[in-house]
Amino acid sequence: MAMVQPRSIRTRRLGAHLALLSFVSLVVFPLLLVISISFREGNFATGSLIPERFSLEHWALAFGIPWERADGSVVQPPFPVMLWLWNSVKVAVVSSLMILALSTTSAYAFARMRFTGKAPILKGMLIFQMFPAVLSLVALYALFDRLGQLVPWLGINTHGALIVASLGAVALHIWTIKGYFESIDGSLEEAAMVDGASTWQAFRHILLPLSVPILVVVFILAFIMSIMEYPMASVLLLDEDKLTLAVGAQQYLAEHNQRWGDFAAAAVLSGLPITAAFLLCQRWIVGGLTAGGVKG
Amino acid sequence: MYTTNASRGLPRHRSRHLGERYSRWAARALVAALVISLMWLVLAFHLNGQWMFALLFLVLGASLAVVFTRRSLMSHRYIYPALAGLGVFVIFPLLYTIGISFSNYSSDNLLSEDRVRGQFLEQTYQAEGAAFDFTAYRQGSQARLYLEARDDGARDAMAEEAGDAAGVARRYASAPIDLEDAGERRVRLQPAEATPSGEPLAMREMIAARDALSALRLETPAGIELRMTGLRSFAPLLPRYAENPDGSLTDLRDDTTLTPDHETGFFVTEAGERLTPGWPVAVGLDNYTRIFTDPDIRGPFLQIFVWTFVFAGLTVTFTLAVGFVLATLLQWDQLRGKAIYRTLLILPYAVPAFISILIFKGMFNQNHGEINLILENLFGISPSWFTDPALARTMLLIVNTWLGYPYMLLLCMGLIQSIPRDLFEASAVDGGGPLTNMWRITLPLIMKPLTPLLIAAFAFNFNNFVLIALLTGGSPDILGASTPAGTTDLLVSYTYRIAFQDAGQNFGLAAAIATLIFLLVVGLSLLNLRLSKVKV
Repeated sequence: MAMVQPRSIRTRRLGAHLALLSFVSLVVFPLLLVISISFREGNFATGSLIPERFSLEHWALAFGIPWERADGSVVQPPFPVMLWLWNSVKVAVVSSLMILALSTTSAYAFARMRFTGKAPILKGMLIFQMFPAVLSLVALYALFDRLGQLVPWLGINTHGALIVASLGAVALHIWTIKGYFESIDGSLEEAAMVDGASTWQAFRHILLPLSVPILVVVFILAFIMSIMEYPMASVLLLDEDKLTLAVGAQQYLAEHNQRWGDFAAAAVLSGLPITAAFLLCQRWIVGGLTAGGVKG
Repeated sequence: MYTTNASRGLPRHRSRHLGERYSRWAARALVAALVISLMWLVLAFHLNGQWMFALLFLVLGASLAVVFTRRSLMSHRYIYPALAGLGVFVIFPLLYTIGISFSNYSSDNLLSEDRVRGQFLEQTYQAEGAAFDFTAYRQGSQARLYLEARDDGARDAMAEEAGDAAGVARRYASAPIDLEDAGERRVRLQPAEATPSGEPLAMREMIAARDALSALRLETPAGIELRMTGLRSFAPLLPRYAENPDGSLTDLRDDTTLTPDHETGFFVTEAGERLTPGWPVAVGLDNYTRIFTDPDIRGPFLQIFVWTFVFAGLTVTFTLAVGFVLATLLQWDQLRGKAIYRTLLILPYAVPAFISILIFKGMFNQNHGEINLILENLFGISPSWFTDPALARTMLLIVNTWLGYPYMLLLCMGLIQSIPRDLFEASAVDGGGPLTNMWRITLPLIMKPLTPLLIAAFAFNFNNFVLIALLTGGSPDILGASTPAGTTDLLVSYTYRIAFQDAGQNFGLAAAIATLIFLLVVGLSLLNLRLSKVKV
């Protein structure tokens, strides 16, 4: 608490609250609007924020249930949203687990071991991480196209390709985990190694159990990044039943047939869990982000 | 920080525990299996003639074998998997892209020269006038076809193709066929001397069986295929091109020659006309000179280049301004409910971008969007956000500021917290107000640690593909551009559209622009590393 306070503090506090409140309402407006639209009848219904003509049509369609309107006509779900969500989750879980495995072992070596080429490799990883994958899409497409002729589950239009392709983006996670490892005192592992544990055993049985929190955070970070990955999925996946949510969702707002209401329900349905996960873990995620990266 | 026993050269003890020994052998077997499967890939790619990919997997397999067999590289085993991922999916594509930028790789020049030649050699044509008249003779519920050469033209052409005049007959007959079945079938013909027994089908029945007849692929004993060409005739399909020893092709229809042009990667007719498909060839710096000299490409390219910088710069400025002001407000001790404000304010960051961008796409919709409804009611205007270039760019900046300010807010809040409180006390004693504090204390103190992060944010927005792809798709288009170029396109989305959305799919040109962006990004990240003084 400051010792010296200006006199006009009360009006200033009121002003700050007003400014913040108006800004917050501006920011939250689109999000509230989408929730409201998802409950409105019809695909381009206008109205107040609290829907006057309440309808669960869009939500039923988002869950893949055909909806019978009041006049008896039955509306079929336009897109397999749940399938897309499942595809996204499947790809994200597998790729995040693999990313976690790769980055944990590397971070251990970078944090604890002395070896040739350590500094240049670490710096090089950071530099290469800044190249957007969009630019090498042609090359990645060619790579998976050729690979798919030999190994079918790694070809174009497979989830295998998408999962494997995400393994290039590990530098950020390595830096995050490395920082955490360095904050843990190494004497426990050294004691274990004096007692005859191998390097791997010291890592596996001493350090890993101590770093579960950061592993969870990195997993969630990688998960969110993978769910939101757009460019690679848009090129590698072709069939409608293979798409991930990030690629599929835009079909709702195609050039000539905008299904605004259906999109709203699908967006709330799929966006809510991700948003919640992000807010729950924001403390650690923010720490990792300020360490050097930008959300992708 | 320690050095492993292995890299010090100390001997490895043989474990007394059986289980441990087995797991070691299992690990070795796994490595061996991986190396062998990688080598199989190398061989397969090599046999397909794709040496780039063969080389990639050769390097991968060899380094795997070396790292996991030499005990002095024990530490490198831990970083090998991550490095392999980086190498295969970041560095290799990067080198490959640079390689493509010196070639004319595109949808016209996609396959290798051998495959292109193969495609030409597979082309067939129906010899003119060389037709067989045919009649169908009923045989129970089925029918036999009887073919008779209309003149000697068909026989001669077929004899030339078969290389054996004696093996080609004037008359052929087929085994009985079911004319109810309209699926594609191959039917072998046998030379015949006389018409088959049975009564010929009437014209009406022939018309009814037309689908089945046109799906038939008749094959003579010499291997020449005949297809139906009219209600009364079948004609042989002859290969259109023949290969010459010097690599050129002869068009058998008119005896002209197609010569492969290794400069342009196409077969060229005698008249100088290029035939598609072609194959990729090295074109040197052509793609780069096109970017800088071809006015139809240079104009849009420069326009997009400038807009990319403006977009990234303005985004960083706006998001920083909003984020910084909010951060100073939220750091004020007298303010209550900071936690709630904070959570609400970082909401745009927590919502997945692909969803919030699409939400804005719907809200800015010119006819039904909420924003235009509100503007219409309040001011009676309804701006065309998606068709007017200036408005489309404004919309992009508004949306991107909404998306990006929480990141700046979080950064600024973290940095402001590290400023010693005494400074503000001293300022208050000297009569400084909040604005003085902001300009004279906070901003100068956080600017230095913030700079590398701002550069990273600049680089990120420089390449903000998702925003453009989902919101405007680059439209409205630039008029008079020979490549798909839009007024809101960034360099990344421009390259993406050249490579994947243009009818020509000009991968070479796209790769050249990508290479230029790579260079810019390298510059930015080197600058960033220098400014942030990353300690390793």
